[in-house]
Amino acid sequence: MKILVPSKRVPDPDQRIRIAASGHAIEKDDLPFVLNPFDAISIEEALRIRDENRAGEDEGEVVVVGIGGAAYEKELRTAMAMGADRALLVECETAPDPWNVARILQAVVEREQPALILMGKQAVDDDSNQVGQFLAALLDWPQATFASKIEFDAGRVRVTRETDMGIETVSMELPAVITADLRLNEPRYASLPAIMKAKRKPVDRIDCADLGIAIEPRVRILEMEPLVSKRTCVQVSSGTELLARLRDEVGVL
Amino acid sequence: MRILVVLEHDERGLRLASRCALTLAREAAACSDGELELLVMGYEIGFVAQEAAAYAPVYCADLPGLQHCTADRAAKVIADAARDCGAGLVMGASTSWGKDCVGRAGGLLGGAMATDVTACAMRDGILAWRRAMFAGGVGAWIALEGDPLIVTALPSAFDPAEPGGEAGEVTQMEVEEATLPNQIRFESAGTKSGGRPDVTEAAIVVSGGRAIRNSDDYERLIGGLADQMGAGTGSSRALVDAGITPNELQVGQTGKIVAPDLYLAIGISGAVQHLAGMKNSKVVAAINSDPEAPIFEFADYGLVGDAYEIIPELIATLSDDG
Repeated sequence: MKILVPSKRVPDPDQRIRIAASGHAIEKDDLPFVLNPFDAISIEEALRIRDENRAGEDEGEVVVVGIGGAAYEKELRTAMAMGADRALLVECETAPDPWNVARILQAVVEREQPALILMGKQAVDDDSNQVGQFLAALLDWPQATFASKIEFDAGRVRVTRETDMGIETVSMELPAVITADLRLNEPRYASLPAIMKAKRKPVDRIDCADLGIAIEPRVRILEMEPLVSKRTCVQVSSGTELLARLRDEVGVL
Repeated sequence: MRILVVLEHDERGLRLASRCALTLAREAAACSDGELELLVMGYEIGFVAQEAAAYAPVYCADLPGLQHCTADRAAKVIADAARDCGAGLVMGASTSWGKDCVGRAGGLLGGAMATDVTACAMRDGILAWRRAMFAGGVGAWIALEGDPLIVTALPSAFDPAEPGGEAGEVTQMEVEEATLPNQIRFESAGTKSGGRPDVTEAAIVVSGGRAIRNSDDYERLIGGLADQMGAGTGSSRALVDAGITPNELQVGQTGKIVAPDLYLAIGISGAVQHLAGMKNSKVVAAINSDPEAPIFEFADYGLVGDAYEIIPELIATLSDDG
């Protein structure tokens, strides 16, 4: 089975984000980037599915896609060190918004013809949670978002989903789009030999324009403001005092 | 501009999250001279349509094929309704259903979409939307370019709307069962763990983090204290990762974003990803053994100490009072 894993590189979530002087973007100089954590979960799941569903001649293949500049190669090598077979870098000057990411991926899917698309439910930089749903709509494929378990059974894929109401199960035929939630798996770390081997794996580069995509911007950032706490913390000395203050001073109990 | 608001319901009626989305929809209508139209979908939902009609005119898609409404079907109904009524703005709530179904509808409608919106305003003649980025580390005002615009409201950022304004009629939407997509099969829905109030809807949330060592302790301490307060329970991601709590209780950037009257953070250090999920709570109280924990910077009341000593004291005090 051929599995396509779209990915995004995001600022390391443990780093402090600073807003650039323009007020429209973040300061990117010296900011370390990592593979979006939900995409790492998707890669891990794709590797497991590939390895469990090898049948005869069909070795299966996991193809990781990145959209961005030349620096993206580092994260794509990380994905291949985890075990992805090859990577595709769609070169784009600026980071496209979710709609344009979905359109680029649609064009990639038409070239690659995967049976399954596995991707993170959201990227932890802009937290949009849109691309998987947009892509499924553009392809007219079934979707299962927020997956915590994926099983194959008689030509169908059954997905356990995390919803506000608890767990839900849906099933569908392939090809399909599945977005990964936190509990799907624990991504592996790449071993040193795998990191060395990944250096020899291919990264194909395609210019965004060669896919026939002209970016149609949908989202424009007008202004960014930093997070500041407006609270002053009153230290209390016991649980009893805490309860008394919550009751008397703010009336929330 | 016509504004179509997609409403969710359960067996009791409209979901609270949808009434919160209605509050944003009214604000958007007020600043863009817009008119609200509502959409409800499901099976045997006449009572929901009646309840919704107290807010604005309602389109109702009521047929067996929409009973467990999967994303393929919901998105088609939403997109068809948006086109039929000429909506310039389609809105919903940022619930798991809204992200799944309104998100897919966004893909059918051209992708000019903003999720988790917390405010709107006219800025230089443009309808602008506020939303958090980078785990809440940045608040951004954005403009959307396209037609229609698609916006989901972060429920915890709004008070639920009350009935009023232009109450309306219910119009049955003509949906042919045979034309509905058939790509996704609903198989089963489990029930939520425990009978406590939903973490996104509870007035008080008691939330536990790394200090809680196992699920028995979580239930006894966090659950026990929540029950004394009539509260919902929440959890940091650390406990979900450790398998101690289920994901639906996770508060934070990648889990639920809540804003209760009181958020009681116990043994939670206060990583920016967790703060993103609770920093808009009306009152925050934190208990942590580390006096330097960042959670105290975002708390109104702080208590330094061991959760395993303090929580039993709180439970005992509350049960004596009660």
